Amino acid sequence: MADNKGILVVGEIAEGKLAPITAEALGAGRRLADELKEELSCILIGDKVGDAAKAAVAAGADKVYTTEDAALKDYENDAYMQVAEKAAKDLAPRIILLGQTSMGRDLAPRLAFRLGVSAVMDCLELAIDGATKQLLCTRPVYGGNAKATFSSEALPQIATVRQKAMSPLAPDAGRQGQIAAFPVAIDAGKVRAKVLETVKEEVAGVKLEDAGAVVAGGRGMGGPEPFTKELAELAKILKGAVGASRPPCDNKWVPDTIQIGLTGKIIAPELYIAVALSGSSQHMSGCSGSKCIVAINKDPEANIFKEARVGVVGDWKVILPAFTQRIKELTQ
Amino acid sequence: MNMIVCCKQVLDPEAAPATFKLDAANNRMVQPPEVKPVINPYDEQAVEAALRIKDTDKAAHKVTVITLGNNLIRDVVKKPLSMGADELILLEDAAFEGGDGFAVASALAAAIKKVGQFDLIFCGRQESEWDDGQVGSGIAEILGVPSVTVAKKVEVAGGQVKVERVTADGFQKLEASMPCLITVSNELGEARYATLKGIMAASKKQPIVWKPADIGLDKVGAAARKTKVVKLFQPVKEGKCEIISDDDLKVAAGKLADKLREYKVI
Ligand SMILES: Cc1cc2nc3c(=O)[nH]c(=O)nc-3n(C[C@@H](O)[C@H](O)[C@H](O)COP(=O)(O)OP(=O)(O)OC[C@H]3O[C@@H](n4cnc5c(N)ncnc54)[C@H](O)[C@@H]3O)c2cc1C
Ligand SMILES: Cc1cc2nc3c(=O)[nH]c(=O)nc-3n(C[C@H](O)[C@H](O)[C@H](O)COP(=O)(O)OP(=O)(O)OC[C@H]3O[C@@H](n4cnc5c(N)ncnc54)[C@H](O)[C@@H]3O)c2cc1C
Repeated sequence: MADNKGILVVGEIAEGKLAPITAEALGAGRRLADELKEELSCILIGDKVGDAAKAAVAAGADKVYTTEDAALKDYENDAYMQVAEKAAKDLAPRIILLGQTSMGRDLAPRLAFRLGVSAVMDCLELAIDGATKQLLCTRPVYGGNAKATFSSEALPQIATVRQKAMSPLAPDAGRQGQIAAFPVAIDAGKVRAKVLETVKEEVAGVKLEDAGAVVAGGRGMGGPEPFTKELAELAKILKGAVGASRPPCDNKWVPDTIQIGLTGKIIAPELYIAVALSGSSQHMSGCSGSKCIVAINKDPEANIFKEARVGVVGDWKVILPAFTQRIKELTQ
Repeated sequence: MNMIVCCKQVLDPEAAPATFKLDAANNRMVQPPEVKPVINPYDEQAVEAALRIKDTDKAAHKVTVITLGNNLIRDVVKKPLSMGADELILLEDAAFEGGDGFAVASALAAAIKKVGQFDLIFCGRQESEWDDGQVGSGIAEILGVPSVTVAKKVEVAGGQVKVERVTADGFQKLEASMPCLITVSNELGEARYATLKGIMAASKKQPIVWKPADIGLDKVGAAARKTKVVKLFQPVKEGKCEIISDDDLKVAAGKLADKLREYKVI
């Protein structure tokens, strides 16, 4: 595949709009494409692509391909693979980027193996090696305790990008780009796993991903009540959201969807208040991009104090009420 | 039914971050000898998923575990046997070292082919060292079977496998034909403890050991990889946390709030 050229972003549509992660991948892709002096394209797959195609142009794509089919309503790898494989072969890009999302973490490896290459997952940084034009992918390893930079000679190079790790371009509605249909006849007979039902478990209130302030509790909260009382009260005053480390989710104190970390949500709020969680590297992978991390923990040796900007050592049961009271006074 | 579970021996991911040290010469991290390796936690849950199916009819279902590595510690890799798995196959050889996800998936797929009979293959959603999460999908692709990743519930009914797949804002219910590969996430619930009886049985059981030639591969490990590690490094943390203290913890709590105002984050 010596003639592979350009960068292809396999995009996602969320609630009818271009997903933020796709704008981020396009932002990263634009920088790489400019450096390579090659084209940046984007493929959008779904039952209806709609205005997301225009948004992808505004976010940096030179070309947007759209594949629409009722069979592509929900993500399922056998169906989406038919599109991704055809795009990889017909468009022959040098680099394929996806988001590290429910779809990307499932589709990228399968596509890579089908094409006889290996993907690099969950990248924090992407760069081009000037001499070889190879993509250099830097990603966390050992649960975030180290980072590694990977490269490969085989083309296409496939990578997924971590949410909120790359900056999107400011959307420019005046940007010129082509939008073209990329029709694929989906062979339903090849779809071996069928989606029977999609269940949403959204929590009420401010969305964790969008919140400017997040109050997160860990195993040391001791049970479900403090999440709906003390932590929720503080989050409400800060107009933010409640999050959790993994043990409260595993223990069913809180819904799985509010887990923050390597295998949960990746967030980067202005303010992150970590209560009774130790700050494991896997947890910090999901919140280390926060502008200000505050730690409340009874163990002065807890790793969270290596990550936080400011904190208090002690029992949250004593600290939190007084802290919340003072925050209330200050913000009213 | 024949079920296969792929389990990797890893450094203990729950150990304090400070125990992880860079071995730059070998492009990997190491832990001091007092920190014992473990079975990748998600892989224990993959074993659990298989055992829950086996529980429905112990005589009808067989669970075979495959572990790839070198100098594997017997007490560690035998844990799935003590939980109730039937058979353990080790792909153990120096040649298996230095492989990437591609090399590992190729070797595991070759071993599964050699086992021959399989209805379900289970992997963890990712292993805790390189956290890549592609070996499962890779095995499925090589074997030409469907895959459902990040599962929290797996049941078999009417010749089909029913899976609940975790998504960012909930889950999907899927139904797939078998054979099928499933990667398991922690939402499945805790893996069972080894019973005393299980530990006794496991200690008597000898794992089957296969070399690269046994699975018909001449290129494995470093020789079979598609990616290379250009650099492995440990980012330096500034770690300058300002600890607010006071004889009265409540006063310290108030001062903490004042600090946030000073930082202009509230
Ligand atoms: C270029 C490169 C060089 C490397 N060199 C070394 C090295 O020298 N030494 C070293 O120890 N590691 C090395 N690694 C790590 C590598 O061998 C990983 O173990 C391999 O890539 C699989 O990890 P993963 O994160 O891709 O697995 P994932 O895709 O995250 O694993 C998913 C699941 O696959 C199964 N699985 C994965 N690996 C195994 C296994 N070994 N046995 C049984 N089941 C398994 C498990 O069910 C696991 O939960 C290297 C990696 C790369 C990319
Ligand atoms: C591959 C992999 C992926 C993972 N992904 C994630 C992930 O996405 N997100 C995640 O969070 N974890 C993840 N984990 C788990 C992670 O390794 C840790 O086990 C987990 O983050 C620990 O949660 P914790 O800090 O709440 O619990 P602990 O580590 O048990 O910490 C509890 C803390 O509470 C403090 N405490 C207790 N009581 C009080 C009190 N009364 N007042 C004040 N402080 C108190 C203690 O001092 C302690 O520091 C993953 C693990 C693996 C192996």
